[in-house]
Amino acid sequence: MIEFSNVTKSYTVGTHALRGITMQIEDGDFAFLVGPSGSGKSTIIKLITGELKPTSGTVHVNGYSLERIREREIPYLRRTVGVVFQDFRLIETKTVYENLAFAMRAIGAREQEIRDRVPYILNLVGLENKSRRHPTELSGGEQQRLAIARALVNNPSTIIADEPTGNLDPARSLEIMNLLQEINNLGTTMLVVTHERDLVERFGKRVIAINEGLVVHDGMDGYYRA
Amino acid sequence: MKVTNLGYLIKEGIRGIFLHGFMSVAAVVVTVACLLIVGSFSCLVYNVNILVEDLNKTNEILAYVDSELSDAEARSIGTKINILENVYKAEFRSREVALEEFVADHEGDTAFGGLTATDFRHRFVVVLEDNELMAQTVAQIEAIPGIVKVNASFEMAEGFITIQNVLHIASVAVIGILLVVSLLIISNTVKLAMYDRKDEISIMKMVGATNGFIRLPFVVEGFVLGMVGAIISFFLEWGMYNLLVKRLAEVDTLKLFSFVPFTQLLAPMVATFVAAGLFVGVVGSWTSIRKFMDV
Repeated sequence: MIEFSNVTKSYTVGTHALRGITMQIEDGDFAFLVGPSGSGKSTIIKLITGELKPTSGTVHVNGYSLERIREREIPYLRRTVGVVFQDFRLIETKTVYENLAFAMRAIGAREQEIRDRVPYILNLVGLENKSRRHPTELSGGEQQRLAIARALVNNPSTIIADEPTGNLDPARSLEIMNLLQEINNLGTTMLVVTHERDLVERFGKRVIAINEGLVVHDGMDGYYRA
Repeated sequence: MKVTNLGYLIKEGIRGIFLHGFMSVAAVVVTVACLLIVGSFSCLVYNVNILVEDLNKTNEILAYVDSELSDAEARSIGTKINILENVYKAEFRSREVALEEFVADHEGDTAFGGLTATDFRHRFVVVLEDNELMAQTVAQIEAIPGIVKVNASFEMAEGFITIQNVLHIASVAVIGILLVVSLLIISNTVKLAMYDRKDEISIMKMVGATNGFIRLPFVVEGFVLGMVGAIISFFLEWGMYNLLVKRLAEVDTLKLFSFVPFTQLLAPMVATFVAAGLFVGVVGSWTSIRKFMDV
């Protein structure tokens, strides 16, 4: 579960990125986080992943209190939150299989676990026939599938997708969103940050809209029609 | 960190060495060069120290015995001098021996022709353990009943102490500077390796790898580079030292100086090289990692 309670975040340069955010995303929920550039979306993601601490207020993510989390607890928080980026951030020198194995080894998984889990996840994202390819040999959509697979491989309870379709054409974007919905149907909490109005409207999920560091809308629909 | 991952992490560290082959070779070469200079300097200091200590022993104190005392009474004072803590040895010289030595020293000088043994006192030639404590020891000898005068060359003792102090300070400074140089180079090598893998590090951080897990391969890399440097430089030092000693032994004018065999230096040199290699490798890599951990 992700819970923000009256959260503010100011940077040393004097920018007030968040000015009192309160929101709650229950386990298994699917939510879109929308808002213009500079509205505070990235700050929310960084707070969820423990890259930043709130200036005031409380942030709870999957049982961790981010405002008082210890440095050595952050890796364990991050194991509960998979992150997908617009630019994929894949290791180009490793194959598809190795990219996933690398993410598992990084948290100390045994080789047998890796051999069992990686093919299962590749199958889930539809890359089972590309395990020996390198990321550069994949299309944009396939690269994003691989990034999603990597976010998923350590079995996190939450996935944050930061503009996951930003580099893809509409058809591939739809595929990726369908994949994220499938993963959500399996029980993973999903928070998708996006600018793409069409996708948000098409999926009819909860929309949390941020503007100038404040939540300006939080509901199942109607944000763009308002 | 699970023990099962240790093999993987060590393998990654060693893989890193080959992945950045040129920098690894450069780091080993510089470490070898620095350790060779450190080792050579240490060997030199060790030998000079022994030489100075030997010379130190030639700085003798003369303790003159009251001429009223009998031969037996005069000799018995030797026990009291020898039990003093800072006395290495005290040898009795009778007035007859003193006369012989004086005559030998002034051979052909007619001015001293009429001297007899009664013109001299019995004396003790005293060698000290530590010349820095000369003043206190001289005072203790002077306080012994039957000793009427003590002749000690404080200037010479101070000279030896100064030489030893200068040697110590110079060796510490040179060794320190060279270690820092090696440290910086290893550190930069690992920094380059980390920069090359900064994307991997950020992904590892993102998926929840602990700092220890991320660090270990780089520390292994530094450890291996440091150890390889230490081993190569140790054997090079051994060969060079033996060669130098052999060459110097062939030079007549340098036969006065005797160099200790390298086997006598083996234990301290192994300890020095391994410690320096480990220090340079592990500390060098550990410090360079820190800035890459805030991803």
